[in-house]
Amino acid sequence: MKTDISVRIVFFTVALASIAILFMIMVFLFMEGLPIFKRVTLFEFMFGKYWYPTSSPPDFGIFPLILASIAVTLVSAMISVPLGVMTAIYLAELAHKRVAEIIKPIVELLAALPSVVIGFFGMVVVAPFLQNAFGVSTGLNLFNAALMLSFMSVPTICSLSEDAIYSVPTALKEGSLALGATHWETLLRVILPASISGISMAIILGMSRAIGETMVVLMVAGGAAMIPTSLMDPVRPMPASIAAEMAEASFRGDHYHALFATGIVLFLFTLMFNIVADQIAHKYRQTGEASL
Amino acid sequence: MAETHILTNNQSGMQPVQIHASEKKINTLESSFNRVHGRRKRIQQVLFMLFRTAAIINGMGLFMVVFFIAWNGWEAVTWEFLTQAPTDSMTKGGILPCIVGTLCLGIGAIFVALPIGIASAVYLNEYARPGKVLRVIRLGINNLAGVPSVVFGLFGLAFFVTWMGMGESILAGVLTLGALTLPVIIGSTEEALKAVPNTYREASLALGATKWQTIHQVVLPAALPGILTGAILGLSRAAGETAPIMFTAAVFFTPTLPTSPFSKIMALPYHIYVLATAGTNIEATRPLQYGTSLVLIALVLGMNLVAIVWRARLRKKIK
Amino acid sequence: MAGQASKKDQIKKEIMTEKIKIRARHLNFFYGHAQALYDISLDIKSSQVTALIGPSGCGKSTFLRCLNRMNDLIPISRVAGEITLDDVNINDPSVDVVMLRRRVGMVFQKPNPFPKTIFENVAYGLKVNGVSDRVFIESRVEESLKKAALWDEIKDRLHESALGLSGGQQQRLCIARALAVEPEIVLMDEPASALDPIATQKIEDLIGELKENYTIIIVTHSMQQAARVSDRTAFFYMGKLIEMDETETLFTRPRLKQTEDYITGRFG
Repeated sequence: MKTDISVRIVFFTVALASIAILFMIMVFLFMEGLPIFKRVTLFEFMFGKYWYPTSSPPDFGIFPLILASIAVTLVSAMISVPLGVMTAIYLAELAHKRVAEIIKPIVELLAALPSVVIGFFGMVVVAPFLQNAFGVSTGLNLFNAALMLSFMSVPTICSLSEDAIYSVPTALKEGSLALGATHWETLLRVILPASISGISMAIILGMSRAIGETMVVLMVAGGAAMIPTSLMDPVRPMPASIAAEMAEASFRGDHYHALFATGIVLFLFTLMFNIVADQIAHKYRQTGEASL
Repeated sequence: MAETHILTNNQSGMQPVQIHASEKKINTLESSFNRVHGRRKRIQQVLFMLFRTAAIINGMGLFMVVFFIAWNGWEAVTWEFLTQAPTDSMTKGGILPCIVGTLCLGIGAIFVALPIGIASAVYLNEYARPGKVLRVIRLGINNLAGVPSVVFGLFGLAFFVTWMGMGESILAGVLTLGALTLPVIIGSTEEALKAVPNTYREASLALGATKWQTIHQVVLPAALPGILTGAILGLSRAAGETAPIMFTAAVFFTPTLPTSPFSKIMALPYHIYVLATAGTNIEATRPLQYGTSLVLIALVLGMNLVAIVWRARLRKKIK
Repeated sequence: MAGQASKKDQIKKEIMTEKIKIRARHLNFFYGHAQALYDISLDIKSSQVTALIGPSGCGKSTFLRCLNRMNDLIPISRVAGEITLDDVNINDPSVDVVMLRRRVGMVFQKPNPFPKTIFENVAYGLKVNGVSDRVFIESRVEESLKKAALWDEIKDRLHESALGLSGGQQQRLCIARALAVEPEIVLMDEPASALDPIATQKIEDLIGELKENYTIIIVTHSMQQAARVSDRTAFFYMGKLIEMDETETLFTRPRLKQTEDYITGRFG
């Protein structure tokens, strides 16, 4: 009995590791990031329109980077959400069991593709194609990055949405079909409304994955720290900026601190996404139980 | 419409008792049903075709990337390519140091993450009772899973490299990647534990075993294949990541293979990035880039495929 | 209901209800390789309540779900033989299953209201079938809820969630929902099995009222219920139709030993 209690305590302590790591990540990000605010105010940092960290005097305004991250994420969501959700519907409702058993692993493998390979693909295939097809100066731009990012978020959106659709009770589906609704009407009016919270969670997590993804935007977004005005503009999202500049930033100089502060902003963005998703999931579970 | 005639309500004498609604009302309803029916079917056909197309596009996406890389990289991957170090400022030669480096990082990360991950999952699945504590721990794990990989890189740089003084080294990279794969391991281990039937636990407890004995002797062995599947998935995830090792372990070039945990190393994903964006001659090294990508894809997808097939078998066995 | 009816009354009743609505001939049904129904042939008459009884797993629910082709949802299932509705084979490729289900309503074992408002639940069938006239929908919703004897209880909270209703109310809502699209036949798959005795009583009363206008087929595991509500009863056993007759006859003078054993065994 005594060993049992001590084993329990050991396991509990280890289980706290994830929280501890999360906490440490915050501590060290803030430790290395906050000193920048001795140089610039929070407002200047967040809403400054110019990011010239190496000129003298340097400008540390990450507004273009934030905007680029948001733009890239939203455009990629426009591609990945329909694609992911429609594939999920196909897999959960339409596909034969055999076909679904083949497509599901493919989606999983898509999720496993290393981001650097997707970035490379965007550079050598998609960029020249865009350049020729649209006659733009560079194929490395917002749209290319968004397209490649949707590669990364489709699997997340698809598999989580599929779970949500799959978990709608058959009784509801049968009830609707028995009233003379077609399969599509049943989907639209009964199954999708019943799984909407699960699907929104999937979408949020997919977008969270897109906004935090580094290699793709580093390699194909084009890297110009400007506020984008069109889909074909090169941009520099936050993760790209951090990854590209950290090597050249002098240790614990202003630039170094500014990059860590950018990391804080990025971290808070994804934290927000994840907490919202968690809230939805929690609420969903509660109403799910209440309705049974 | 003719072929669906039986489905229109034929009122003539079919229902001898008809008192609840006027014939006229039913006829309106009936004709409205029939009027829209063709359209309803067409809408369904069009949309379902759309869903099918979406699934096909998804599948095509994977095949396009893999096929393109394989097609272009096939010739570059020779025995020499796999067994030699890069030469001539990385414009010629092989990628042996990168393969070794990636394997070191991936396996090292699993060695760090596996024990912690299994213990966490055991606590969550076997010991924890639903409540606030459990919810906070789960929230922590979910959020850790959502932390961007570049932020892991920053954390590794600030904590392992600088604060703990490990410098850019295998060790720092392994620990950073270990933190990143932890949620993957926890998730798959939990799934494996959940798949162990409760009757196993009850049988063991009924024989007078303690909870720990039950977990150790019965539950974990039963869940082991599932846990190993998760370990493979975690390994492939760690092997494919670039951003976390950029600041913590990987360098452009080192002619020697790693000798200690404090060596700096080359790694496949970082090598691809460097060759494709910052190499001495980007166009000339294209074949090397394709070849390296092919090796990385083969490594990562191969591991995933093994894990997926293995898991599918396990699931079937349980059913 | 179990009282002695004179011979004259019986003849009168037969004349009134001689129209055969559904006819099954040599119906076999398979789940994959397992056969669930063996050579079922029976007639279901218009404007009557037909009860299907038998031990669980005897195929009575499977048979019921053949009548609106709900079994189509099971990918590995297969039907052989013929079911006709008003003399047309419902499994014919030219028959549209959506329109069939509109004519053949169904109430399930467990109440399954949609997670929508009460009003939306009843209006659902009309809306998907293309009715957009608001006034008409409203009147039809009210009418259906009245027919399902639910109107008085819930008329003030039509726009509240249907999930807030009690189990019995939910089941009557499901009946109202089925009635709203004017089906000719209503299939009921053990509609009261998940309900308490009082709610069961209400459902049974309701069936009695509805049978004037609808052909009702009810699956039940309770022989008392079958005796109380139905005009004719079919006894299923191991996927076969053993005996079918007027309810009163079947329960008092079954022709077959097997039926008698089942009935007396249950009635104790």
